[in-house]
Amino acid sequence: MRKFTVLLSMTALLLSMAVTGFAADTIKLGVAGPHSGDLAPYGIPAMKAAQLVVKKVNAAGGVLGRQVELLIQDDQCKPEIATNTATKLVTEGVDVVLGHICSGATKAALGIYKDAKIPVMSPSATNPALTQSGNYPNFFRTIASDDMQAKMVVDFAINKLGVKRVAVLHDKGDYGKGFAEFVKKFLEKSGKVKVVLFEGITPGAMDYSSIIQKVRREKADALIFGGYHPEASKLVSQMKRKRMKALFISDDGVKDDSFLKVAGAAANGAYVTGPRDLSSIPLNATAVAEFKAEYGAAPGAFFQEAYSATMALLNAIQQAGSTDYDAVTKALRNNYVETPVGNIKFDSKGDAEGVGFSVYKVENGSFVEMK
Amino acid sequence: MDYFLELFLSGLTRGSIYALIALGYTMVYGIIQLINFAHGEIYMIGAFVALIVAGVCTIYGFTGVSVLIIAGIVAVIYASAYGYTLEKIAYRPLRNAPRLSPLISAIGMSIFLQNYVLLAQTPDFLPFPHLIPEFEFMEPIADIVGSAELVIWVTTLVTMILLTLLIKKTKIGKAMRATQQDMSMARLVGINVDRIISLTFVIGSALAAIGGVLVASYIGQVNFYIGFLAGVKAFTAAVLGGIGSIPGAVLGGLVLGWTESFAAGYISSDYEDVFAFGLLVLILILRPAGILGKARKQKV
Repeated sequence: MRKFTVLLSMTALLLSMAVTGFAADTIKLGVAGPHSGDLAPYGIPAMKAAQLVVKKVNAAGGVLGRQVELLIQDDQCKPEIATNTATKLVTEGVDVVLGHICSGATKAALGIYKDAKIPVMSPSATNPALTQSGNYPNFFRTIASDDMQAKMVVDFAINKLGVKRVAVLHDKGDYGKGFAEFVKKFLEKSGKVKVVLFEGITPGAMDYSSIIQKVRREKADALIFGGYHPEASKLVSQMKRKRMKALFISDDGVKDDSFLKVAGAAANGAYVTGPRDLSSIPLNATAVAEFKAEYGAAPGAFFQEAYSATMALLNAIQQAGSTDYDAVTKALRNNYVETPVGNIKFDSKGDAEGVGFSVYKVENGSFVEMK
Repeated sequence: MDYFLELFLSGLTRGSIYALIALGYTMVYGIIQLINFAHGEIYMIGAFVALIVAGVCTIYGFTGVSVLIIAGIVAVIYASAYGYTLEKIAYRPLRNAPRLSPLISAIGMSIFLQNYVLLAQTPDFLPFPHLIPEFEFMEPIADIVGSAELVIWVTTLVTMILLTLLIKKTKIGKAMRATQQDMSMARLVGINVDRIISLTFVIGSALAAIGGVLVASYIGQVNFYIGFLAGVKAFTAAVLGGIGSIPGAVLGGLVLGWTESFAAGYISSDYEDVFAFGLLVLILILRPAGILGKARKQKV
């Protein structure tokens, strides 16, 4: 009996050595996010996305001839736990990390990865400062940051529509005002456009004719509105009634069928941003189908983004030819990769180019994506 | 100067609507000293009924102004019925209860009606057809004043004149004034006070419905919640002008409309409501009974 135990422990030891020996040759992909607690629905689809991609990659021979190993850690979306999670992953020797999910947890963990020189890619952290502060050169993301819409609207208005004088209005809410403030900031930074008006309107008010007269008096050639569709429909209807020619441009909160229905003909010619139409991307359909085949349900939040992030990270390692930090980040910034969210690469700050939003124009009562 | 005129006119439009709704508050308050918080909901119901009727009319091939008139009349009848029922169910049983009880009952009815429309109709915003046609002769000045605004002013003006005539010249009006002055004395001289009170609710509701139809076809959308904000504003207008006073309600509505319009136009629309309510505070400090209100002597 004793002999047997010794033998067993010997075998176990041998086996574990074999695993370590083998592990040295794997590429370690850390996955961090909430996998328990009330925010788990945001983290689990990302984890499953990573598993699906890795399974597929490993079946096809791995990356650089090495198998990919997943190290999954739960951070519960809590910044204080995220730092432990990050430390644990770093200690285990991860090469790249997919995560974290929540902006707060991501921010807390990023410093640790930065010191350890590990590239991190989040499928879901949208806080603008994460990339724009420039504090985290190791950070990338496959989702548009909160200000991306505003940037998109401003670029579109300046380059495609050639506006010169813009009135910016908002509904005083967090979302609308946040958007409007970014729009104002970007417009002023461009130096090509004058912001003639920046004001809040009262949601639910009976009419907006005074503010519309004011927009006209300022001779604005475009009105950019941050807010939701009920106010937007009122604004466009009243602009039309007052025979105003100014263009109407707004955000994702307005890209709703109610806007078309309520504003009717007055909505025609309005520009709004909205999430990109992913349905035309073949890889998106493939990824969703894989998920359905494996789990028998529709994937949850951030699945496509996480799938894309995993692909982007592994592709970068492949392109770089090693897991060296500088080589991998360079590859992320320079090489396009075909993913479920489109053909992407990352800009110098770490945001994915061409991800997230599109501008739509209302034509004959429906939204038409502007290419 | 043009800009001033534009703001003046847009304030006039807003103010007219506030005045129409404020009349309902002030008439009811004048007679039974009750603030009918469900009044804004009557306005909203008026708009919804008009929407439904307009839809039906369009199916049957009516066009243009005839739809507006039919929808308006049906909305007025419906809203009046609601006003009548409201009084009968929620306020009459509490006529002799402490003053707080009917007030709470009014708030309850307001919440009930809102949720009733929410459940029976929809929580979404619905498009309301632009029932008011665009007149040819308005086209040259359409960028300043639209046809809808013109219709709103004219309707409000006509309604006010009719109401004044009703109260000043007719027997019913006389009975209403008597009831307002002293309810038990009015009863003694043979006035059916209950009927007069019902009638007050019916007239107030009819005015609110007219306001509802006009606003809805002006801004082109309705929702179960529109009555709340309109109600608060109209109530403010009624207090501003002196609650209980009919010319006061009209004046209060217009003053409120202009304050909002000029504040938005010259200062900032961020502070539109701040100015509107700031003015209310100021007027109540200087004239506690409102612009045209008479200070009632407390009888001890």
